[in-house]
Amino acid sequence: MDVLDTVWRLLALLVAFLVLPLLVGQLEHKVMAHMQGRLGPMYAGGFHGWAQLVADGVKFAQKEDVVPARADRRVFQLAPAVALLPYLLVLVAVPVAPHGGVVQALDAGLFFVLAVLGVGVLGSLMGGWASANKYSLLGGMRTAAQLMAYELPMLLAAASVAMAAGTLSLPGILAEWEWWWLPWQIVGGFVFFVAGLAELHRPPFDAPVADSEIIFGAYTEYTGLRFALFLLAEYAGIVVVSALTAVLFLGGWHGPFADGLGWVWTLLKTAVLSFVVIWLRVSYPRLRADQIQRFAWTVLVPLALAQIALTGVVKVVLS
Amino acid sequence: MSLPGSGLAKGLAVTLRTMTRRTVTAQYPDVQPELPPRSRGVIALFEENCTVCMLCARECPDWCIYIDSHKETTPPATPGGRERSHNVLDRFAIDFALCMYCGICIEVCPFDALFWSPEFEYAETDIRDLTHERDKLREWMWTVPEPPALDPAAEEPKELATAQKAAEKAAQKAAEGAQDAGPQAPDDRAEGDGA
Repeated sequence: MDVLDTVWRLLALLVAFLVLPLLVGQLEHKVMAHMQGRLGPMYAGGFHGWAQLVADGVKFAQKEDVVPARADRRVFQLAPAVALLPYLLVLVAVPVAPHGGVVQALDAGLFFVLAVLGVGVLGSLMGGWASANKYSLLGGMRTAAQLMAYELPMLLAAASVAMAAGTLSLPGILAEWEWWWLPWQIVGGFVFFVAGLAELHRPPFDAPVADSEIIFGAYTEYTGLRFALFLLAEYAGIVVVSALTAVLFLGGWHGPFADGLGWVWTLLKTAVLSFVVIWLRVSYPRLRADQIQRFAWTVLVPLALAQIALTGVVKVVLS
Repeated sequence: MSLPGSGLAKGLAVTLRTMTRRTVTAQYPDVQPELPPRSRGVIALFEENCTVCMLCARECPDWCIYIDSHKETTPPATPGGRERSHNVLDRFAIDFALCMYCGICIEVCPFDALFWSPEFEYAETDIRDLTHERDKLREWMWTVPEPPALDPAAEEPKELATAQKAAEKAAQKAAEGAQDAGPQAPDDRAEGDGA
């Protein structure tokens, strides 16, 4: 691997990281609108409002960057970066295509990915604590509680795949993948995807950022670009969680003509899962904080444990 | 008892079905709305019919109609007759900043001088420009649509019946003048129909 190759890969990663979340954001604008019988943005950019998010970005950049007087200045200003950058790092280890179609193949890729994903949530905690605002503090507390509850089933579900493949490397897992893993790991996939939704605070698990009760929680005091970075982190998170679910449970680049079109399959599966994320947001009302906890501990954790047991049994029977 | 989670699936189905249907958004500035008949946009004045009876101004709940007039006398039509006086309209203005579009002035006008027009795009940047004076109100008259057609089973409008009766009476008189004697059976029947 020479320098040019590395630069090329990093550039591709950066472009994907900047473009894909915006695509998901635009998709959310449009899908949500049409699911509610509306048209959504129609003016920005001329054709069906394709440049709406660019216009939003320009607007956010023009706004004043306010830091509350009583806020913990450094932590407050650092929080958006802490929320956004982990998702960029996660994408480094996500395989897109077979035969080295990954920016950097890591031996402990799954471990790395899950560890870094957890850091992203810290941004919300930092923002919630440093804002010196009651609503932000409430949002931060709810975020922390949700992180505690959903990190466990997520790890268990991912562990099940690692057990099945016998490796922690993401390209390694995909190399082992067979089509019958799909029904075998389906419960784990459900647990992983739902727990991922909860970690991103996506509806129906958006109690930590409930705009109508605690005014966007940890983000109450943020303005301008820093607020935009938090929003971007949310959409980058959708891309990352969808991509990880696709890679771990839906076979990533596996599909017809995988040798040439593997990256298309990865992107397609990620896009479909992103659509599901938006679909769930439109369809379901927000769960209460206690309902979110109950769902995690009484439904997701037992399901994930059952999946691990099933994986272990099948693994032993096959060997 | 239905399957657990069937409600969740139903919710997803509803949103997905809505996504495939046509949207209901009205793209107003680009596409003009299709207004229903009898839309209340602006009030038009047919000043030729106005007799300055002031009923509209007095019935207006928020007093947004301003009328000024003076009296003029016309000389007697026949020598030795009496002079006639009538009102001449000097100012007729409606302040649409105050108007609440109740339509009482139009209902109450006994001479059909006020009409609803469906035009609604007359927003102004200065509130004083919302007081439409007589010439502007007269201009709106050109935008008043034809009255909607009557229902097929509706009874004949009174105006029509009155005019018909008058015409018949004139015709009868003419006929009587032409032939003094003889029964007037066909005329009687025609009168029975009109009643």
